[in-house]
Amino acid sequence: MKKLKNLKLILGIVVMVIYSIFFLLIQTGALNPYYGQILIVLGINIILAVSLNLVIGFTGQLALGHAGFMSIGGYTAAIMSLNYNLPFFISLVIGGLVSAVIGFLIGMPILRLKGDYLAITTLGFGEIIRVAVVNMDFLGGPRGLAGIPKKTNFTWVYFITLFTVIIIYNIIKSPYGRAMLSIREDEIASESMGINTTKFKMMAFVIASFFAGIAGGLYAHQFMFLDPKSFDFLKSFEILTFVVFGGMGSLSGSLMATTVLTYLPEVLRTFAEYRMIIYAASLVMLMLFRPQGIMGNKEINLVHIKEFILCKLLRKCKKKGGAYNVTIEG
Amino acid sequence: MSLLKANNLTMQFGGITAVSDFSIEVGENELMGLIGPNGAGKTTVFNMLTGVYKPTKGDINFAGEDITGLKPYDITRKKAARTFQNVRLFKDLSVIDNVKISLTYQIKLGLFESILRTPNYYKVEKEIHEKAMKILEIFKLDGKSEEYAKNLPYGEQRRLEIARALAASPKLLLLDEPAAGMNPQETQELMELITWIKEEFKIAILLIEHDMKLVMGICEKILVLDYGKILTVGTPDEVKNNPEVIKAYLGEEG
Repeated sequence: MKKLKNLKLILGIVVMVIYSIFFLLIQTGALNPYYGQILIVLGINIILAVSLNLVIGFTGQLALGHAGFMSIGGYTAAIMSLNYNLPFFISLVIGGLVSAVIGFLIGMPILRLKGDYLAITTLGFGEIIRVAVVNMDFLGGPRGLAGIPKKTNFTWVYFITLFTVIIIYNIIKSPYGRAMLSIREDEIASESMGINTTKFKMMAFVIASFFAGIAGGLYAHQFMFLDPKSFDFLKSFEILTFVVFGGMGSLSGSLMATTVLTYLPEVLRTFAEYRMIIYAASLVMLMLFRPQGIMGNKEINLVHIKEFILCKLLRKCKKKGGAYNVTIEG
Repeated sequence: MSLLKANNLTMQFGGITAVSDFSIEVGENELMGLIGPNGAGKTTVFNMLTGVYKPTKGDINFAGEDITGLKPYDITRKKAARTFQNVRLFKDLSVIDNVKISLTYQIKLGLFESILRTPNYYKVEKEIHEKAMKILEIFKLDGKSEEYAKNLPYGEQRRLEIARALAASPKLLLLDEPAAGMNPQETQELMELITWIKEEFKIAILLIEHDMKLVMGICEKILVLDYGKILTVGTPDEVKNNPEVIKAYLGEEG
């Protein structure tokens, strides 16, 4: 227990130090606003990827409508700020909750489906949400919703992203997460062990919708403008790419993949029109050489880092054994 | 008093009747075998009893409650757990997690308690861990608790499946061909294990098995199924000498 507390303290300090560095860089103008904005986009993308990973990677349900939930949260939060002048945080939470409720309503009929059937239906629902928004005049319709106050800043995004990752991690490392994992592994066996699979699938789906909604709210208050076209299925696939690239069932993988894939197009700007080709080619290469994604379903944790330093750098390997040391298969 | 009582179960898949008029009674702490040639409908019976299939006709009574048409997880919660013919472990999870999943429904821990990591979370997780380790010790798997389930040798995977079912603290354990693919030595150990489980946990066991040595060796009562119908029910000796059973297995004398 004491060791655990120390570890938490160290992690807390690390997190605050990272925050302070970036905060100072942005405040002093050392990091130009363009990179500051990419940092914010990165945070939003991480929230989306990590929450989608809960559904796809951990519960094993291939859902492709994540951008739809993002737009629900975004529009709701924007309306709350514009029409009701609510504080930013409350708008965000309301956006998340509305998204979660709609996730629940949509989930009820479609989570009975499996595999590709579920994928197609969620894809369809994502599009329905977009088309519905286009036809709602009070949301700006196809012209988009403009004039949203700029309230998102680095501090908000950093801490909301951090809490999202912690919450999802805590869910996974709990009896709830184990139940979700068992559904991914074998639904029939899971049901035979007393797991109410529908309930846990729904739980994962609703939690993911909630965080997608929050991410949408952050997005809306960052760009001050919402366009229904930016929440089409391409956006859903972009989030799916983060999850697959990082490894389904690995939070640290999602973090890495999102970071790489958010920065890659920006770094490649010097190559002008070739940049999307390089981006696409890098995806193809990864899928060819590492189909399970960067991390597979493993996590990086402090034990690994310690072992890596001891084993690779100091050549003091401990005897192999146990799930954490098993080599990753192709 | 009988623990499990099923009356006139019939299962039809479209025009095919897989099982018809199947009735069974398993007493508390009884070890019963279900045998029959391939395709006789044994696994279908298991699937009906555990809620995977909803019987076309008939009713199932378990521990004084009607469980016909309940979902598999409800039936497990009413304390009837099963294993599968082809091992269905959670392959990419550790051995101990496999067992812990069966304990999930038996604990009280809120989602928010898990998210906020309250003291109760640590208490419950510790309890689960200790219980799971105890069960693994019984099955001599405690040394491999952190190993992936898929990396276990076949015999141990079979054992782990029984351990996982037992972790659901059943009153009735349904084993679907527990000795399939085991060598004679492993089968012998399994026989001892099954009898020991029955005595130690005071539970009833219903098992499907093709290995006659195992069935005749440990079962108190045997039910023979052929073409979806009950051929006979009786003690191992009665069944062994029943001309109808011999006919079903070996064919008629020429």
